[in-house]
Formats: sequence, structure tokens, C-alpha cells
Amino acid sequence: MDIHEYQAKEILSGYGVKIAAGGLAYSPEDAVQRAREIGGRIWAVKAQIHSGARGKAGGIILCKTHDEVEAAAEALLGKRLITHQTGPAGKVCGRLYIEAGTDIIKEMYFCFLVDRCAERIVMVGSAQGGMDIEELAVTNSEAITKIYIDPGVGLQDFQAREMAFALGIDAEIMSHAVKTIKGCYRALRDLDANMLEINPLVMTRSGKLLALDAKMGFDENALFRQTKISELRDKTQEEPRETAAADRGLSYVGLDGDIGCMINGAGLAMATMDMIKLAGGEPANFLDVGGGASAERTEKAFRLVLADQNVKAMLVNIFAGINRCDWIAEGVVQAVRKIDMKVPLIVRLSGTNVEEGQRIIAESGLPIITAETLAEAAEKAVQARNEVIASERLKEFYGYSN
Amino acid sequence: MAILINESTRIIVQGFTGKIGTFHAQDMINYGSQVVGGVTPGKGGQTHLGLPVFDMVKEAVQQAGAEASIIFVPPAFAADSIMEAADAGIKYCVAITDGIPTQDMMRVKNFLRRFPKADRMILTGPNCAGTISPGRAMLGIMPGHIYLQGNVGIVGRSGTLGYEAADQMKRLGIGVSTSVGIGGDPINGSSHRDILAYFEQDPETKVVLMIGEIGGPQEVEAGHFANEHMTKPVVAYIAGLTAPEGRRMGHAGAIISSASESAAAKVAILKELGVTICPTPAAMGATVAQLLAKM
Repeated sequence: MDIHEYQAKEILSGYGVKIAAGGLAYSPEDAVQRAREIGGRIWAVKAQIHSGARGKAGGIILCKTHDEVEAAAEALLGKRLITHQTGPAGKVCGRLYIEAGTDIIKEMYFCFLVDRCAERIVMVGSAQGGMDIEELAVTNSEAITKIYIDPGVGLQDFQAREMAFALGIDAEIMSHAVKTIKGCYRALRDLDANMLEINPLVMTRSGKLLALDAKMGFDENALFRQTKISELRDKTQEEPRETAAADRGLSYVGLDGDIGCMINGAGLAMATMDMIKLAGGEPANFLDVGGGASAERTEKAFRLVLADQNVKAMLVNIFAGINRCDWIAEGVVQAVRKIDMKVPLIVRLSGTNVEEGQRIIAESGLPIITAETLAEAAEKAVQARNEVIASERLKEFYGYSN
Repeated sequence: MAILINESTRIIVQGFTGKIGTFHAQDMINYGSQVVGGVTPGKGGQTHLGLPVFDMVKEAVQQAGAEASIIFVPPAFAADSIMEAADAGIKYCVAITDGIPTQDMMRVKNFLRRFPKADRMILTGPNCAGTISPGRAMLGIMPGHIYLQGNVGIVGRSGTLGYEAADQMKRLGIGVSTSVGIGGDPINGSSHRDILAYFEQDPETKVVLMIGEIGGPQEVEAGHFANEHMTKPVVAYIAGLTAPEGRRMGHAGAIISSASESAAAKVAILKELGVTICPTPAAMGATVAQLLAKM
């Protein structure tokens, strides 16, 4: 789960990390009011969206007057910002963070991540801040310092110092740098974050170390014990269908294709989507209905998949283990009867009681296309999708179909 | 032979008296696994499914000779249960639980590394379907009847995709020595590579099928191991060809964080390392069959 910059800064400042003066605004009036409270002569108006690289997308505007702050706020609120992290759909800005301008003499990159190879938290830093770290890792990997943290004892002072020296921080502010780095680590550890990025971490002319941007991502599996973090969730930054799915205990990811999918198990779901692609189609979504695909769950899953207007055909692939194919078949038949399905449905069942399941579908009298193997299911789904497209084209040209 | 478990492995169930633990304990007993009891703190001394319940894993080891354990404990307490099993001298543990926090798993792995290798508990999972040595023993939640006994080792992250593979193989008359689920979490007990090493040592296993997916370094790591240290052929399928970068596909670990973690990138490296790639997920059985026919 991601949170906003202003939320991350609020958390980090509680852990001894210094930030510039700033405030949250929901309207241009708010924004001007915040600028007044902050004082000074220069302000950054920053769009709060769940993405990095906001600067490049025009999401951060530097202002020298209150009028400029108002105009910037007007321009950013409600604006859809597209970065390489948001994908082409972008994210709509609904909140602004107004921050005091900073007199920067040095920009650095600093983050904590979970390293899956080492199975530890790794601290990554570079004296070359403000850059795309992934790009830097490829072009100049020596400019990056990585320090691994032992989960048994946590981050030690000498490690924080090693990082601070690698970042090129002046010796005079070393103790403050160590405090900042350790504060970030404690925030990550205490709050079950799996990512914390400060890009840039800056040194000001007055010799202060400030987190100019802050990004935190949290382990969803740990939210049960991080109730305060759960409250920071901003659903407006999430894809509404994915949020709706998650609220129903379903795992859904929307994609650009037009063959809707409902599958049990994440691996089988990915494999089925691969098979659709190999058969010449494109999946409209990833959807794992989980082990206990009850009739109720099946109906919810159907509604979710079909809510996507792009879907031209739907493929159900269930491998019944502990489950039974006959139960699943009944659930599917019930769902189809309840929902007015406008697109062809392809069902492939396998595993426990498969014959019984197939019989239920065959005897339902519903126009369900069945398949025995994974390959056959994908081919039939692509074929059905192609037929729908062809008949839509006919309709467009001649005003009727078939 | 098979790996990790066989008909004489003495098994306990942690989270024994709960609904899920009870259901799957019965299923494992029906399959022929040697379940010797279970652990539920506070219910020690009771009898459940005709078997003794213990308060602590230590007691189950001392009194019932438990060697292997399966964990159905809820996510908040699962890491603790895994460490308790390791401390009590359990040799092999399967963690079924889905949703264990990543930092808990880091602590678990760190705890396990403190034991000298000879005394270190082997952990597979969490968030997996378990392990089965067909015809001998089942330490998991899979439908036992879809597996034929035989000479192909299976290691995979996903439950149902593993079932799909076993089912494809059964249709072709091909059996399995052991099938191991390593789970879909970013930090797990054993990696693909660890399981390949066990299969390499098992005289009964002739070919290994590795079912991987997007995200993480483990499939490539396993490919290097197969290339450098294995005499047995490895067949692989990597799921997630259509997965976009930066999106989590169901499993906590199934996310492409860098270009090298995509299915296409993994397939390219594995090919170079001499691993046989299944052209499609529908051809896992057929690809294994072709390799076996050449042997």
C-alpha cells in the first residue's frame, strides 16, 4: 500500500527526520492560506499522487507570489498526471502539499528496500541525487552504495555513518545525518514498510539535511497490526475496480485486452492469461477467485469481470482440488442465470468430479462453450472473441448483425 | 526414496484443532500420511481425530517422535510457530499460511540460519500448497488423487498451476517422485534452487519440472545451479508473460520490479543455461514426456 508524500513526511518527522515547513491544501484558497502560514518568498506547490517522477510530469510548480500559488493550485487540482509509474491512465490529483522553498546546495538519493536475494533490508544511497536510480544503476553502478542490515540487530551507527560518508555529507553534520538515517530505518521497521525512498535528500545552504521528497510503501500482509497506516489509504489513487475486488476478497488487476478471465490460484491465472496471448488474444484482467469459489463468490467475480466494457468474451478456468467441479459448475450456472450475459462464456473445469461438473453445464441449456484442456479453452476464447468483433463490425457497416 | 517426506515420516499439525487444520489433517491421514498428533497451545492433553494434542512442539517431538510439521496457524502468529518448530528439532516444516508479513519472514530466515546446517530445519512455503510424495505421504492441502507415482520432481510457486502440471502428466501416464510448493511470497523458506539440489540427490527423480513466475531472482538462480551442478535435466515454465511491470499478480511476490524479473527475461536466461522451456503452460506434460522419451 502506498501513501502520499505529505503523509510520509509527517511519519518521518516523528522519527527525527527534518523536513521543510509545509501544509496540506484541498483548494486554491487553502493553498494560499498555507503559503501565508509558512511565510518566506518561494513555495513549491506539489501534487499529491501515488507516484514518483511528479516533477517531470508537471506536478510540482515553484511559485514566487501568492497569486502564483493560487494559479498553480488551480491548475493542479483535478488534473490527471501521467508518469512512467502511473501508466497511461495516470492519476488524478485531489490534494496539494504546499512547501517552503529550500536553498539547496547538494542533492542525494537515499532509500531502504527489501532485498529478495539477501532476504534482508538493504539501504541504498548515491551522492548523485535527483536522478532515476534505476538508470544510474545501469550507467554508473559505482555511484551507488548498498548496505545490508542484519534483521537480528538492526541498523548500526557505523553503517549509517558509512552511508552518510558515501553520500558526501559534511563531517560537521554527521551526527544529524546518522540520526536521519536511523530515523528512516526505525520508521520502516516499526511500521512494516517495505520501501522508503527520499529522493532527493538535500543539504541546504544553512547546513541542514532535509527530506525534500518522501515515498513509503507498506506490506499489505502487515496492515492487520498497523491500523494507523491503514487509515492513510487513499482509495482515489487506486483503480476503482481493483479496490472493489479487494473489498470483496478477490484479487483483480485490470489490463488492456478484451478477454475477461476468472481463475482459481494466482499461478494458474497467469498461465491462463499467457495461454490466451499465445492463442492470439489479449486478457482483459487478472482475477484469482481463490480456493473456495462458492456460488456467491462466483457471481461477484462474474460481475466484476463483466463491468469492464472492453470484455468481448469471458474465460473461466478452475482446477478443483479441495473444491469440487460440480459445485463450481452449479455456481457458474447460477451466476449466468442471474446476470444477463452479453458476451460468450467459455468454461474449462478440471480436477475433482470433473465429469459431474461438465454434465451440469451441458444440461443447463445455457449457451456455455466448454473446453477440456487449457489450450482448447484459450483457443475457443480467442475464437469467440474474434466472432464477436466480426459481428460488431458487420453491425457497424450494415446496421445489423449476422 | 522421493525427497523431504515418505510413508514413514512422522507428522504433526500446528493449528491442529482449528477448522482448516482439522480438515486437512483428516485429508492427510486418509492419504496415508503418518500424522502422529498436533499442537494447539492450551489444548494439550486433549485428543483430536483420535490423536494426541500437545501444548508445545517440543512435547510433540519428545512424546510422539514428530519429525515434520505443517502449519495452519493464522498469519499474525505463523512466524512464531515456524520458529517454535525449528527450535524443537523438527526436521522439515511446511507453512501453508498465506499473508505472513515480510519482516516476520526475514526474522524467521535469520533465526533458521543460526542453527548449524546439519541441525537446521528445512522450511517450504509459506503461502504454498505443501509437499506430496505420491503414493507415500502428503504434507499439504493438494488433491492427492491427481498425482501418479513416478520419476519426475516438481517444484513450483503456485498451487493450482502445480495441479495443472500433475494432471497433464497423469494424462500422459507420467508420475511424480515428489512435488514441492515453495509458495508465492517474496521471502520464502526454500528457493527453487534449494529444491533442485534435493532432487539432484534423489535416485528416484529423473527429470525436474520447475514452475516459476514473474518477480524475484529465484528462477534464474536455479537455472545457474542446474547448469553448474546438476546431471538431471530441468524443464521450466515461467508464468506471467502478460503481466505488466509494477503490478502485483495475486501472489505477494509476483511483481516485476525490474526488467530482469519479467517472464520473457527469465525464459531467455534459462534457455541460455540449458534449461528446457515449455513453450506454453498447456505443454508442461508433453515437454516432460519428450525429455523422458529421450532418456
